Amino acid sequence: MTTFLELLVNGISIGAVYALIALGFVVIFKATEVVNFAHASLLLAGGYLVARLHPLVGFWPALLLGVSAAAVVAALIEFLIIRRANVGSHSVLAIVTIGVDIVLTTELTRQIGTEVLAVGDPWADSVVRVGGITVAETRIVALVTASLLIGAFLLAFKYTGWGVAMRATAEDAETAALMGIRLGRVSLGAWAVAGGLAAVAAVFLCVFPTPGLDRSTSLAAIKAFPAAILGGLDSTTGALVGGLIVGVTEALMSGYQNDLAFLGRGIGDVAPFLVMIVILLIRPAGLFGTKEPARV
Amino acid sequence: MSRILFWVAVAALTVAVPFYLDGFWLQTGLFAMSAAIGAIGLNLLTGATGQLSMGHAFFLAVGAYAYVFLAAEPTRTLGGLGLPPALAAVLAVLAAGVAGGLFSPIASRLKGAYLGIATLALIFGGQHALFNAEPVTGGFNGRAVPPMELFGFVFADSPELVLLQVPFGSLERLWFLGALLLAGAAFFARGVLRGRPGRAMNTIRDHEIAAGVIGVPVTRYRAGVFVLSSMYGGLAGVLLALVFQRTVPEYFGVLLSLDYLAMIVIGGLGSVTGAVIGAVFVSMLPQLLTRYSDAIPLIAAPGSGGVSPAEAARILYGAAVVSVVLFLPGGLYGLLRKIRPHLTGLRLRLAPSKISSGPQTRSSHVP
Repeated sequence: MTTFLELLVNGISIGAVYALIALGFVVIFKATEVVNFAHASLLLAGGYLVARLHPLVGFWPALLLGVSAAAVVAALIEFLIIRRANVGSHSVLAIVTIGVDIVLTTELTRQIGTEVLAVGDPWADSVVRVGGITVAETRIVALVTASLLIGAFLLAFKYTGWGVAMRATAEDAETAALMGIRLGRVSLGAWAVAGGLAAVAAVFLCVFPTPGLDRSTSLAAIKAFPAAILGGLDSTTGALVGGLIVGVTEALMSGYQNDLAFLGRGIGDVAPFLVMIVILLIRPAGLFGTKEPARV
Repeated sequence: MSRILFWVAVAALTVAVPFYLDGFWLQTGLFAMSAAIGAIGLNLLTGATGQLSMGHAFFLAVGAYAYVFLAAEPTRTLGGLGLPPALAAVLAVLAAGVAGGLFSPIASRLKGAYLGIATLALIFGGQHALFNAEPVTGGFNGRAVPPMELFGFVFADSPELVLLQVPFGSLERLWFLGALLLAGAAFFARGVLRGRPGRAMNTIRDHEIAAGVIGVPVTRYRAGVFVLSSMYGGLAGVLLALVFQRTVPEYFGVLLSLDYLAMIVIGGLGSVTGAVIGAVFVSMLPQLLTRYSDAIPLIAAPGSGGVSPAEAARILYGAAVVSVVLFLPGGLYGLLRKIRPHLTGLRLRLAPSKISSGPQTRSSHVP
């Protein structure tokens, strides 16, 4: 029972981090209808900068720099490439982001090489014991931070002018433009926010008990893709639920790996994708996604 | 007429290549052929029908491993059926098709980029299976690939064969097999694209509802194209296994799928020629950069800390994908088609007799 609770808490915490990534992914999709496959490389860029800068300027300034740098890189991708690509189909734009991802990931993994970089967080490897279960402090901080960020984002999405502009654009871009909403700014903002969220997530993907940032970190980030799609690509709620589902499944499957030996080693890494397939078989638009009502 | 001449020249060149070029070029060329077959398949799905797939590498893996398993003699640790290799190759392609068909409940209902993410599951699930199903796949270390045999002719280094004083090893023999397979694959795909199915696929890509209204069974087409494209992937996998002579699970990862997407974008979405051009570009670039790394500035030898040839190639074609979409919609093939009229115009100017007869005959049709 204790093991189960510990796994559950860890799963929820890592799920909250996936939700951060998935949320950025969904925000970009809502604002620009682009499926951003470069998201994993944005995350890697943010995490890399934090890991490289923290010995020089300390953890908090490094985090700030990393987050802003990832936001700027994301905004640049939107401004220099996505906005200028003149293509009919959004699938092609998705492939463009794959091109961006190839370039960024190759260069960053080359810089990282075979190293494992610590992100220098102040929580290190200390643990908390509550009623018999042991949880790493980093996991609690991750959960709290992710919840705060997601809460703040949802409030902003609902009540600020920026959020209204964003929702209007997602609903009907043309009408929104006629109402005086500047579409360019909306999508630039969406990309920047998504980049920043990804950088925060990067830090929490690399803290204890994970050894640190290495070249496989971007693979960990890919698990946020099923989180986004099983919740429904155009739903912020879906991103949160999807993130939690993926996180909990992964933690439980890895934790009970020995009892699931017939499924093979390393089933925890595959589990998010299996869950996604099962959910897509039942609901092709995801759990909270809007079904397109077109029927012929 | 000039078109026939062109194809005769291409065929003659293909036959001549093994007599003049060494093993490196033959191997590079064979990789390009295998990649071209796979890319044609992906272009049917992504370019012509607008369905993004990140799972193409999975179908290559199914083709490669099915061939190995079916053709290999069983050993103490590894299973095998010991079928005749030609039959095993055909069955392997069918197996890839069946794998695509099993995915069709998802492939037919999701569209565009949604499908792209869903197909990531194939890659991760597939690699998981490859690493763990050791009796079939050989696990981490992979398995040796039995050579192809067709009507008693073995595509391997022994028995020795010398043609016109050129020793014909496995690469030289496979070269002809690869060229034939590629020609067949390209011809078939061209037929699909130019006929009724091709029109239907393009309509689904451009306007799904319109396609449904004019009577195209959209979901059935999506599933069908997915199966067809996975069979192309399977064939590419079989050829790749024959060239590599060993299959390892590590190879069939996400990166390979991304390579294939890069190929069709760089070459030109939705056309067979585009897929072939892109495949040649993407698969030859790392090989060429490795071979000539001393002569090219900014590229270091592998392992020396600088930008290695493989990394340089990835960065180059990643950038190529972006710049093609920004500046060259239609890809390299689109570019070729755009400059061809200028080239023929040049030729006409060189032959003044033709240019004077040209407009006259045309003007006679105008009332």
